[in-house]
Amino acid sequence: MSGLYQVIYEAAGIILPSWMSHLVAGVSIMMILVNAVLMGAAVFVWMERRLIGRFHNRIGPNRWGPFGTFQPFADMLKLIFKEDIIPANADKPVFVLVPIAMLMPVILMMAVVPFAQHTALVNLNVGVLYVLAVTSVTTLAIFMAGWSSNNRFAMFGAARGVAVLISYEVPVVISLLGVVVVTGSMSLADVVSAQTVPFLLVQPLAFFVFLAGTSAELNRTPFDVAEAESELVAGYHTEFSGVKFALIQAAEFGGVAASAGVIVTLFLGGWGGPASAYLGWLWFLLKVGVIAFVFIWIRATFPRLRVDQIMALAWKFLLPLSLINLFAIVLEVFFLRDASGVLSVSDLWIMAGINIVLAVTAIALFGAMIREKVTPNKWQPATVPGAGLPAGEVR
Amino acid sequence: MFGLSMAAGLLVTLKNLTKKPFTVQYPEERVKQHPRFRGEEFVWYEERCTGCASCAKYCPLGIIKIETSPSETQPQQGDKYVLETFDIQLNRCMFCGLCVEACPYDALFMGSGFEQGRYSRKDMVITIDDLRHADKKPSTYLRPQLESANYDPRAGKPLDWKEVGRESWDWHLREKAGMRLSRPTLPGHADGPNAVEDSDSGQDANRNPDNRDTA
Repeated sequence: MSGLYQVIYEAAGIILPSWMSHLVAGVSIMMILVNAVLMGAAVFVWMERRLIGRFHNRIGPNRWGPFGTFQPFADMLKLIFKEDIIPANADKPVFVLVPIAMLMPVILMMAVVPFAQHTALVNLNVGVLYVLAVTSVTTLAIFMAGWSSNNRFAMFGAARGVAVLISYEVPVVISLLGVVVVTGSMSLADVVSAQTVPFLLVQPLAFFVFLAGTSAELNRTPFDVAEAESELVAGYHTEFSGVKFALIQAAEFGGVAASAGVIVTLFLGGWGGPASAYLGWLWFLLKVGVIAFVFIWIRATFPRLRVDQIMALAWKFLLPLSLINLFAIVLEVFFLRDASGVLSVSDLWIMAGINIVLAVTAIALFGAMIREKVTPNKWQPATVPGAGLPAGEVR
Repeated sequence: MFGLSMAAGLLVTLKNLTKKPFTVQYPEERVKQHPRFRGEEFVWYEERCTGCASCAKYCPLGIIKIETSPSETQPQQGDKYVLETFDIQLNRCMFCGLCVEACPYDALFMGSGFEQGRYSRKDMVITIDDLRHADKKPSTYLRPQLESANYDPRAGKPLDWKEVGRESWDWHLREKAGMRLSRPTLPGHADGPNAVEDSDSGQDANRNPDNRDTA
């Protein structure tokens, strides 16, 4: 345990007994976490709606506050005042637990992300593993939502969501192994300090796989079969209304913000940048904004994939890519590291050069291999019964 | 090929991001409206209306109700019937403009508004008082004399009843005084055999596209 928790604990320990300063530190950490996630969700909702609007040549929300910045809060207030319906045949305890189970992993995920130097709420030595473990809880929450709703659309959405989440967990974990191998540590603070060269350049394949996998795990548009509006009513959260729906939405959009934070930490050098000792938070926020923009950009561009296409993409495309990446990284680390097992900056640049070429080749190769071979049907005029018969013949 | 089309798709959306939005922020800004727009709140000139009820007869929905009474003075002396009721049920009106087309004296014009929404159906009926006090900014629908004068009901000034007719005011004066000497001439036939030199109405004659008023 270190980081902000330790700081608050020691500051409170000056006047308070030990158990009470633990309490103070815990409560303040929870306050910071929950508010960070909810504000991140609000900011991301606003950003997404404005940007999607501009992508559609619209303006987006602009009535509430400057540039519509208060729109998420207005939405939230509206949802809080709406009736909170629990279906008669729903499994009530599970149904009530769902929003909490959805929001919890997002909040927990933020706990290990370092916002700036020494500013991670908790500096876990197994941070990467913790992030992976915590995000897997979403799968359970989605299945709980589908099952407890007693609604066929929710159940279909949940089944699809679980299938997608479990499939995409595999390439995501394997791509993260590459990061861990280069860093030599699972702590996110170590990952950041190891990125003298951003891992986006050192292992672009892992970044690509992780971005796609995170998109899928967040149920965002190219992979959002779990809540496909045009097929299932709203997917697994069809039956949720009022505060529960608000919490699920907050979890979804806060999840994007939190995942962007994780991606920045793992691949874009976290809070690193010029004058990072003082402006680390600014660099972190800027990079999170860039990643969030990429998420929105992808959502504005690509149509939803079919379920079998999503599965094919996970198992035939992303999994081989992540394995290639892991294999290449392990070989490069094995041959390039010095006697003490440390990689210098020049080693990282050599790896970056090799891996960028490898990434382009592998994506092109596997992209061509999973391409659907479509043979267009030759057009034939509709056959009319008796069309070949001579005119005037009595039938 | 090789996933490049995905990048091309991303570029397409990025290009759209930089374009100016199409949205018109309606209450604050409006799209330019055509002067021939057939809108609500008919423009009606009581001075021109004779109460002939052609509009009511032509209305396919029968939503115009007109009641008249003989005027105090004699119609032969130039006076006309007094309009007592002129109700238009706007809630059923489909703005076909047949009433405007039917009006022989250019007394009824389409309006140019579109913001007459009401909370009850009773309020949707325009009475004669509403018509009297409405903004006199006629649409140029089926009124070539306004159209050729480039009148814009949204931007232009309100028009008096003397200005909106096909005939010139001089023509009216002479009509009333029994001085109907000159046949109104079409712009292209100013030197025709029936044209009479009239320095007074030389400009106004250009605004008479038809000659239905001749004896």
